[in-house]
This record gives sequence, structure tokens and C-alpha cells, in this order.
Amino acid sequence: MTTFDLCDGVRPLNACLHEASAKSVSVVNPAGRHAIAVGAVAAHDVSIDGNVGYYCGGMNQHASIAVHGNAGPGLAENIMSGRVHVHGDASQYCAASGHGGLVVVDGNASSRCGISMKGVDIVVRGNVGHMSAFMAQKGCLVVCGDAGEALGDSLYEARLFVRGDVASLGADCVEKPMETAHCVQLDSLLLAAGVTDCDSSAFRRFGSARELYHFNIDNTAAY
Amino acid sequence: MCGIVGLYAKHDCIGSQLGSLLSKMLVQMGERGPDSAGVAVYRDGPEGLKLSVRLAEPQRREQFASAVTAQFACEVSVLGNHVLLQGQCNDTVQAWIKAQYPDADIMSVGQRVEIYKEASHPRDFVDKHALNEITGSHALGHTRMATESAVTTLGSHPFSTGHDVCLVHNGSLSNHNRLRQSLIRAGLQFKTDNDSEVAAGYLSHRMRNGDSLRSALESALQDLDGFYTFAIGTRSGFAVLRDPIACKPAVLAETDQWVAMASEYRAIAQLPGAEHADVWEPEPARIYTWEREDMAA
Repeated sequence: MTTFDLCDGVRPLNACLHEASAKSVSVVNPAGRHAIAVGAVAAHDVSIDGNVGYYCGGMNQHASIAVHGNAGPGLAENIMSGRVHVHGDASQYCAASGHGGLVVVDGNASSRCGISMKGVDIVVRGNVGHMSAFMAQKGCLVVCGDAGEALGDSLYEARLFVRGDVASLGADCVEKPMETAHCVQLDSLLLAAGVTDCDSSAFRRFGSARELYHFNIDNTAAY
Repeated sequence: MCGIVGLYAKHDCIGSQLGSLLSKMLVQMGERGPDSAGVAVYRDGPEGLKLSVRLAEPQRREQFASAVTAQFACEVSVLGNHVLLQGQCNDTVQAWIKAQYPDADIMSVGQRVEIYKEASHPRDFVDKHALNEITGSHALGHTRMATESAVTTLGSHPFSTGHDVCLVHNGSLSNHNRLRQSLIRAGLQFKTDNDSEVAAGYLSHRMRNGDSLRSALESALQDLDGFYTFAIGTRSGFAVLRDPIACKPAVLAETDQWVAMASEYRAIAQLPGAEHADVWEPEPARIYTWEREDMAA
């Protein structure tokens, strides 16, 4: 176990995570600093004790990153693989544009959670804010609490599962039936995220009506 | 960009180090706003109104201070490029300043507020104004990265919006020109092309016409178009409001000893006990207020 005290700066930590051999790393005194544990390329095990600022866990590949605190904007932005788990809340655009891997938020995620997600799976045990999964292309967003306004606006092929209330659906986002395959997928995501107090039977599924992204002359006014 | 910080002391042990804590928060937000810095500090002083005055030529401040002392029974002190006049600074004093020193800007008027601001890096600003030594009940601060108008002291925040009320803003308003014209027609005067000055003018106008701070902010949600996180200082506390889209960041935190707001948690991390504080992100379009009842007007 190597310990990094971020009072000495963030670069030594990130440089260590850019090395190919997997390590076990403990991080203290994050104090809201930016770009903590960004660009990891190996199956490191990273534990951060405290609140982190912008872009923690960005571009992650293979590493498992745990934040024992809250995360600022842009958590796990463009994550490729691996896992980022925040035990508190996450600020806006969590897992934006993520291509793969799993992002878990034990608290709430604020606005634009999963915006333009491209294959990442996101499990939020609390609520998500407005415009979540905006233009989401692939992957699953699981919300155990409520979703804010305009959920899934201009959605492509991502799957959205919500257990609580949805304030409103965005353009071209509709409720779809929960079929067996969806329940199996959702239960495995809940298991992976460590959620044991609910199962897929409590969730509704939302997806794209596919009216906006196939060009249709009758929809000209909506483009 | 821009950075906002606010600190409200629930306990005297915080009030007695208000300036030094606010300074640490402000310097942390220096990267978000290296152009200019400013603070509004709320503290008690001699009975009556006090004025914070800034002269365009700082070398004249000593001469200005002696002229005021010779003319009026005010207590006069110099902080950086500002001169603070305390005790019975009524309309006569203000009219005399405007007539005798037309280049002087009255930055704040009130029983408790003192605004200091200028176009300089937050670190230099804190040193020059000896902010570390200031005590008080609550304070707001701002670090500016200019987008909508020139880098000048008058374009810096906080903006005074009437006796003991001031505004700091992170964001940009898109309808400020049209709104400025309508406020000018209603009799307001503006000193800059700055969008935040229009927001401040809008709130003063609403409150002068009978709105409470809360109802003025509710109207602002309808009438201001653009991005904003606002923090508004009042005689007895402060309020925070984000626009409905809420792109501009904001964090609130509270312990038994203080309430703080900032653009980023790393400013709040400077405060004693921050690691055990309740920390949360303010909801869009929701007004948050903290007030000391014993100080409310």
C-alpha cells in the first residue's frame, strides 16, 4: 500500500497510476482538489479519504477508485473501464461521455448525470438532477431514487431504470416495458453496485422512441 | 468562471477570525478569478451609517481622510485603497463627497456593510486590505474572471444594491442590455457595462419598491435570462440562488459554528471542521437564506 498526501500535489499520484503495474494506493487530504486519480491505465486499487473536486477518476481504465466523501463536477468523465465508487454525493455531469466501466454513487448525483454516455453503466442510490442521460447513446443509468426534469432528452440507445418518481421526460424519451432480459441486466447491475435493499421489480424502464434520430420529414419542426 | 465565497459565523470564535478565514477561501478561488477581487464584510461600528469610499487616485486618500475629519464628526480609517467613514455618514456627507471629490466612488452605504474591491489578484488584494485582521458576523467575497465587461475596479464585485445589501455573481446574463435600459427609464444609474451591476440594480429597484429580498429573488428568476449563481449579503445574513439550468457551480456547507458557500468545496475545505461539515449542492431555482434574528432590520 502506497499513501499519497495531496498536500504535496496531485501529480505524483497520477504519475503512479499511469504506470502499467497494478498497485494498491491510499490518498489522504484531497480537500476538493481537481483531477485526482485521472488517467489510470492498470487495475490499481485506489482509496481516497475525503471530498474531491472537478474530474476525479476521469478517463479511467481498469482501476477501481473509491471516494470516501463527495465528488465535484465531472466525476469519472470519459471513463473507459474499471470502477469509480463515490460514497457521498456527486455534482453535475457525473460519468459524462463514459465509454465503459461502472460508476456508483451512494448518495445523490446532481444535474446532467450520464450526459452523452457511450457504454458506461451508472448506478445512483439516491436521486439524479435535471437533464440526466441527455443524448445518452449506450449503457445503463440506474436511479434508485427520483429523476429530475427532462430525463433522457434526445436519447439514443441507452437504457434508463428509475425506481422513484420522474419529474418529466425529455424529448423522445418514453417508458418501455420491463422484460425478463432487462430485469436480469438490472439485477446484475444492482448486485455489482452493492445495492441489496431493492431489486428490478421495483423499477420502470425508459428508452428512446427513436423518433428524433431517424430523419423524418414530418419531424422537421422538432429538429 | 469567477469564484464566490461566503461565510456566516454562528459562533463568536468564527466571527473573531472572519477576515482570515474568508481570506483563505478567497485565495483558494484565485484560479477561478485572477482579474479582480472584492469582499463585503458585515460588522458593527459606531451608531449610524458608514461609507466605504474609493478614490480613483489612491495617493489622495490621506488628503481626503483629513478633509472629511475637518468637516464632519466621522471616524475615518484607511484600508488599502479605500477610506472607511463611520458614524452618522448621512446624506449631507455623501453629497459633500460627490461635490468635492467627483472621482470618488462610494462602494457601500449601510449600518454594518463595508465593501472593498479592486482589479488585482485575490492574494494581493487580501494583503493590501489587511483582510486577515477583520472581524465580523458574516462576509461575502468574489474573484473575477471578466467575460462581459472590462477589468476595472468598478466592474468588480460585490455590487452594492442599497443600504447593507450587496450582490456577488458567477455567470453571465444575456438580457442585461435590455434590462439596463428599462431600469434607467425607472430612474436608476449605472456606472459600467457590467451585467452583474444590472442584476444588482434590478434587485435594488425591486426592494426599493417594497419587495422583500425573497420576493425580489423570485422575480429575478422570471426576469433575468442567463447563467448565474448569486450570493446576496444583507444586514443580518446572506442568501444564495442559482438559475434553473444551474451550470454554474455552488456548494453549501454547515457546522455548529458556521455556514459557508463557495463555488468549489476546496474553498470550504479551508475552514475549521470542514471535514465533518454537512456539505450539499444547492438546488436550481431555490432560494436559500441564513439570518441572525437579532440583527434583522
